[in-house]
Amino acid sequence: MVWFQRKLKGVITPTTEKKETPEGLWYKCSECKNVVSTEEHANSFYICPGCGHHDKIGSKEYFNILFDNNKFKELDAKMTSSNPLNFEDTKKYSDRIVATQKKTNLKDAVRTAVGKIDKQDLVIACMDFDFIGGSMGSVVGEKISRAIDYSIKNKIPFLMISKSGGARMMEAAFSLMQMAKTSVKLSLLAKAKVPYISLLTDPTTGGVTASFAMLGDLNIAEPGALIGFAGPRVVRETIGRDLPEDFQTSEFVLEHGFLDLIVKRNELKSTISKLINMFNN
Amino acid sequence: MAVYLDFEEPIKILEEQLEENKALQEKGIDTSNIIKEIEKKLYDTRKTIYNNLTAWQRVQVSRHPDRPYTLAYINAISDGTFIELHGDRTVRDDKAMVGGFGSIDGKTVMFIGQQKGINTKMRQLRNFGMANPEGYRKALRLMKMAEKFNKPVVCLIDTPGAFPGLEAEERGQGEAIARNLLEMAQLKVPIIVLIIGEGASGGALGIGIGDKVLMLENTWYSVISPESCSSILWRSWEHKEQAAEALKLTAKDMLTHKLIDGIIQEPVGGAHSNPNEMFVIAKKEIKKQLDKLSKLKKDKLIKERIKKFCSMGVYEEA
Ligand SMILES: [Zn+2]
Repeated sequence: MVWFQRKLKGVITPTTEKKETPEGLWYKCSECKNVVSTEEHANSFYICPGCGHHDKIGSKEYFNILFDNNKFKELDAKMTSSNPLNFEDTKKYSDRIVATQKKTNLKDAVRTAVGKIDKQDLVIACMDFDFIGGSMGSVVGEKISRAIDYSIKNKIPFLMISKSGGARMMEAAFSLMQMAKTSVKLSLLAKAKVPYISLLTDPTTGGVTASFAMLGDLNIAEPGALIGFAGPRVVRETIGRDLPEDFQTSEFVLEHGFLDLIVKRNELKSTISKLINMFNN
Repeated sequence: MAVYLDFEEPIKILEEQLEENKALQEKGIDTSNIIKEIEKKLYDTRKTIYNNLTAWQRVQVSRHPDRPYTLAYINAISDGTFIELHGDRTVRDDKAMVGGFGSIDGKTVMFIGQQKGINTKMRQLRNFGMANPEGYRKALRLMKMAEKFNKPVVCLIDTPGAFPGLEAEERGQGEAIARNLLEMAQLKVPIIVLIIGEGASGGALGIGIGDKVLMLENTWYSVISPESCSSILWRSWEHKEQAAEALKLTAKDMLTHKLIDGIIQEPVGGAHSNPNEMFVIAKKEIKKQLDKLSKLKKDKLIKERIKKFCSMGVYEEA
């Protein structure tokens, strides 16, 4: 749920605003204000050449970066959320879904696919932060579960790319139980001895951190990502003092023992490929 | 002094009348007929009020300061045989999470649950029932021991959430909860989960993967508290009643959506109006479930548990 609070506070600028200057041709880094052409930005894995900041990207970009020749078979591409609780806050949940689908061209907050990484089979489930903050509802839980099933059935390693503010409040307890569902499925993957690599990207918080994101045989992260259970604002309010500068960054989480390694995005494919090669041979 | 919630005002008035008349009786004035009448009225009033609670009122009841907490249940259900076991063997003993062996009519059970404090000092010590990672890891250690010696596990949930502190983050609150979800899925002994008060989010779920998950009548279980939901979605705390309705967090709602396996009735007027009766009801239910689950083969037990959690969720496929 962190995404929402941060949005309200105006901490996170929507990706669309960030990427597009009036002409739509230039990218200005949110950290160091360095400007590059959007083309150059895409070619350098959406990493700022000035400061190394890893810009938020979605499943489309990750699939392109990781799958050989951007070739893959998408799984359960048509699954969408319903509104099981008839949830309505300032807006009907079902309306929010439809509006978000239109805006993002996505069906929900995760896409799952099978393809090859340096000629080795790999199943990837990748979250999209643009879709209601990458929040986890029934669709996210079910698609991840089915991707894991696919991995088990075909003995193909599973890569989960997390990018989420946590639970989807509009699905209340259904959302909570997706933590249970995905973790339960991962226990079956573990029993089948199929490798599971969890990649944590900016941000990974809440119920996603407290379920599948932290359960990899290998937990890896991109540099400088926000990774935590409680959001930084909540922690600050709880302890009543300022937080350490590096609090809940990838580097902080690695130092405290919860990550195997931190990998820059331009080295992501080669690193994951090498790791899978280690598992496979 | 008993504590009354705002909607319990009619109960308060009747109880005061009852006390007055009992006092007169002791002075030698015969008020036995009046007492009987008030007692009946009190029963009816409690019943009417408690049969018609709104979602928000149930949240209030779940937090009633006189409501029994985890250790009171464990001590009563185990008939005083409970031996508390401490520590996660790594960091320290988390007082917000308790656990240990107890006997239910001669059979050993591993009890685990979040513990709230019964007074100001204890509330601090118990961290308001908000466990740190080491609490979840202690819970897992005890579950693994129960598995090793083939003892069933009974979890009692009562928490406003996992503790969102700095050290909790440093020590991997997310990992601790996640690990429990995965390990509980494969635990080779029966797990019975009772929500006895507040079931808030991942902090509750962290000991909540059970073969039978049962909610007491006046408890709540959801992904977020109504107050926090209100502040995030409506940007103010004023919509907590509305949020409580929208979240569908009552036992009845949760059962309708097949997210729990059953509801345990509370005494008329809620668990706090008659804790002893509540303990008897809870014990009977736990025994009944243990009998059923202990007859299942281990493979089947785990398979059914996994199937249940994997079927949770509502979605559409075009
Ligand atoms: Zn930069």
